[in-house]
Amino acid sequence: MNTSNTPVIPWQETIFTTLKQGGIQQVAYVPDAGHAHVIRRVQADPDMRDIVLTTEEEGVALAAGAWLGGQRAALLMQSSGVGNCVNMFSLLRSCRFPFLTLVTMRGEYAEFNNWQCPMGQATQGALELMGITVLRASTPEEVEDLVGAAVDAAFEGGQQVAVLLSQRLIGRKKWIRQ
Amino acid sequence: MSTSPTMTQATIERRAFVADLLKACPQALVITGLGSPTYDVFAAGDSANHFYLWGAMGGTTAMGLGLALAQPERSVLIVTGDGEQLMGMGSLATAAAQQPQNLSIVVLDNGHFGETGMQRSHTSLGTRLAEVAQACGVSHAQEVFSHAELPALAQRVNARSGMLLAQVHIRQDEIPRVLPSRDGVYLKNRFREALGFAS
Repeated sequence: MNTSNTPVIPWQETIFTTLKQGGIQQVAYVPDAGHAHVIRRVQADPDMRDIVLTTEEEGVALAAGAWLGGQRAALLMQSSGVGNCVNMFSLLRSCRFPFLTLVTMRGEYAEFNNWQCPMGQATQGALELMGITVLRASTPEEVEDLVGAAVDAAFEGGQQVAVLLSQRLIGRKKWIRQ
Repeated sequence: MSTSPTMTQATIERRAFVADLLKACPQALVITGLGSPTYDVFAAGDSANHFYLWGAMGGTTAMGLGLALAQPERSVLIVTGDGEQLMGMGSLATAAAQQPQNLSIVVLDNGHFGETGMQRSHTSLGTRLAEVAQACGVSHAQEVFSHAELPALAQRVNARSGMLLAQVHIRQDEIPRVLPSRDGVYLKNRFREALGFAS
């Protein structure tokens, strides 16, 4: 688990700086260990707002409202949360709202808890069924480019984009030398 | 099953209430919950400052929160129904945690799902929405039983001095529908343009 005394993982800092440079001002989330660093950084930034949700679909509606008011938002969630969002995703396509979500994956690689598998293995399909473009980061080296591309596609191109942060990427922290 | 005492006392006529509320809050940015609240707001007069939802049930409060945080100098007014608000009950906690000074939620509560055949909703079956909002940390939660309370309510909406939820007990009238545009792209673009943003 990523706790407060865990050393900063460079790709997680990269996500924060990419969101910040992309002009994201509202960051909504249901927490996940893989997002913990970004959430802490957002909380410490006076120009960004962290918004903790009770369920992930709130973040879809919140992002639409932020865009109506001239701000950019991002939704951070775990793969299980994608299932909670499915009907609310309709709002994005019905109104062509820009949308950016970063999804930490479970249930796909060295998963201990098999209860994570049904939704984790359906996550990409569920997003694509609802018209959301899916990008996947599997190595630390590609995180910056993919998240930056997703920010541009969403807020310059008006698209709906999800970046999946693969369980293999997140799992790599187990092998970092302390 | 007994009906809630508030239901038997409900006297407020929804269309008149919404029309007078909007008239008293001319600067507000308005988001409407799907179904009758969307028709009520449109029936009072169309505006680029109205965003009519035709779906996204349960999403009005979170959507209003995103808008309220982005536009702190404007009053954001959600007009929705009891069924829509009940589906997004968690979002009351989410919004209250942010303490948006400029977010007001007006729940037109007839205790029923009007769009689907007037099945009883939870507010007819024991849920007290204003108390739920208060317990979630909404800074001002109230019930409204009479049209005469409207000026004070509008004053709170315009004051932008704390998150508000008003549970307005309306009559169970079934009124002819008045339908705004269902073109979400158009509704979004004109709303942003009115605020000075590129569509």
